[in-house]
Amino acid sequence: MHDTAISLIELGAVFFGLGVLGRLAWKIGISPIPLYLIGGIAFGTGGLIPLHGIEPFTHLASEIGVVLLLLLLGLEYSAGELVTGLRRSWLAGLVDLVLNSAPGAIVALLLGWGPIGALTMAGVTYISSSGIIAKVLGDLGRLGNRETPVVLSILVFEDLAMALYLPILTAVLGGVSLLGGLTAVGVSLIVISIVLVVALKFGRYVSALIDSPDPEVFLLRLLGSALLVAGIASELQVSAAVGSFLLGIAISGSTAQNATRMLEPLRDLFAAVFFVVFGLNTDPSQIPPVLGFALLLAVVTAITKIGTGWFAARSQGIGKMGRARAGAALVARGEFSIVIAGLAVGSGAVSGELAALATAYVLLMAILGPVAARVVEPVARLLVSRKPQTQS
Amino acid sequence: MDVTVTPLPGLGTQQDFVTRSGHRIGVITYRDGRFELIVSGHDDPDKVAASAGLTAEETNTLANLLGAPQLVARLSEQQREVAGINTWQLPVNQGSPYDGRALGDTEMRTRTSASIVAVVREGTVHPSPRPDFEFSAGDLVVVVGTADGLRAAGEILERG
Repeated sequence: MHDTAISLIELGAVFFGLGVLGRLAWKIGISPIPLYLIGGIAFGTGGLIPLHGIEPFTHLASEIGVVLLLLLLGLEYSAGELVTGLRRSWLAGLVDLVLNSAPGAIVALLLGWGPIGALTMAGVTYISSSGIIAKVLGDLGRLGNRETPVVLSILVFEDLAMALYLPILTAVLGGVSLLGGLTAVGVSLIVISIVLVVALKFGRYVSALIDSPDPEVFLLRLLGSALLVAGIASELQVSAAVGSFLLGIAISGSTAQNATRMLEPLRDLFAAVFFVVFGLNTDPSQIPPVLGFALLLAVVTAITKIGTGWFAARSQGIGKMGRARAGAALVARGEFSIVIAGLAVGSGAVSGELAALATAYVLLMAILGPVAARVVEPVARLLVSRKPQTQS
Repeated sequence: MDVTVTPLPGLGTQQDFVTRSGHRIGVITYRDGRFELIVSGHDDPDKVAASAGLTAEETNTLANLLGAPQLVARLSEQQREVAGINTWQLPVNQGSPYDGRALGDTEMRTRTSASIVAVVREGTVHPSPRPDFEFSAGDLVVVVGTADGLRAAGEILERG
């Protein structure tokens, strides 16, 4: 009983501490993710208070955190939105993919982490944080801006790209050959198509399995099915993350919206644990050697995202200020970069240095992103020669 | 009017149009049922200068504030074709004998041959109110009739 008391006190202290950090983060206008990571790193060194007896819980909770992060990413867009997004923004989406995955892959190759490391880092630097971006755009009152749909459609494309990328990554991390990798690409393409068709044509049946007018029943079915699918996917050597993500895409309509509302607080709780655990498992002594690369990646991939946003907004006929705003909005990286790094490190197929680089990189980008979105206008005004805007 | 509908994936839908004065005015309908009124800036039409979150009820009120004059204007327009018939908006003031009483009690048609076609209350239009409709102070009563009838109607609402 005494042990339970200690565990409760430790857990309570951790959650309360995270709450304080989160409040602080939004007050100074950045995402709390970097602070959670730093909190994890601080505890991990055994520096402050070594935590005993809560590892079983935190380990499982961080797994649930990943499942919920990806389930909600899948729920975020309806299948219809995904398909229209793909049709309308495929060119900008491809530009985004090439420009932003290349720097990560190149740095990984330079560091001698091989093709698997390159594939992982490509994902880390590619995927923007839709969570941070939506929050920042909302806070800055830019949701009604004309460039915002452009930003959102790029995020939709990234969502789809994730659906393809994650199964491939998990297959490669599982140690398949080149042929096996190609098979994984084929299989994941087929699976994504099936899930999209199911979501478009039979989404209401999937939703009906889970939906319930009673919030309690609904929550239990939702969590139950998410964990079941995640567990089965894990057993089939596709990661739990991929399974829950696809389930999220398959649930549609009003069920998806209710599910999002219901799960958001849970996701925030478990995702916070996930970031802390990731920080705990990152060896801080490995950060200084890769810090230079993290800074280089941060600068380069901030520029490539701004370029992506600029290009995408220009093709929609948006003025220069709007293009700059769209670019700056996309800079933030966060939860999904950490999820990708976590998958890779967890599989043991990449070196621990990758976790250190990904941590340092996300620390920089999760802070830099919201800041960039805030300061873009004054900076752009200095840079962009103010030609009279044509009224369209 | 040229209304542009833009889906905001993951958030909702935005509908806007450009006014003659060069502003982009629109409404974002969020998935969770919230509304947001947006007005674009003047020097950068891509940027929102002001936005206000609205509940469904507030949206309704705003729509009626903008729509009520339209309704009266439309009624006036229809009546103008009939010579000698006008539309007036008559207030039910504080201290009116009909504050808190039913519309039927005024016996408006019988006494003035003018008809009550609508009541505007706090920005909400109640078209074709029934005889059991209860007036309260602050209502605007939209009445159609001859000039004499309308004057008489005004007297009734003021003094009974």
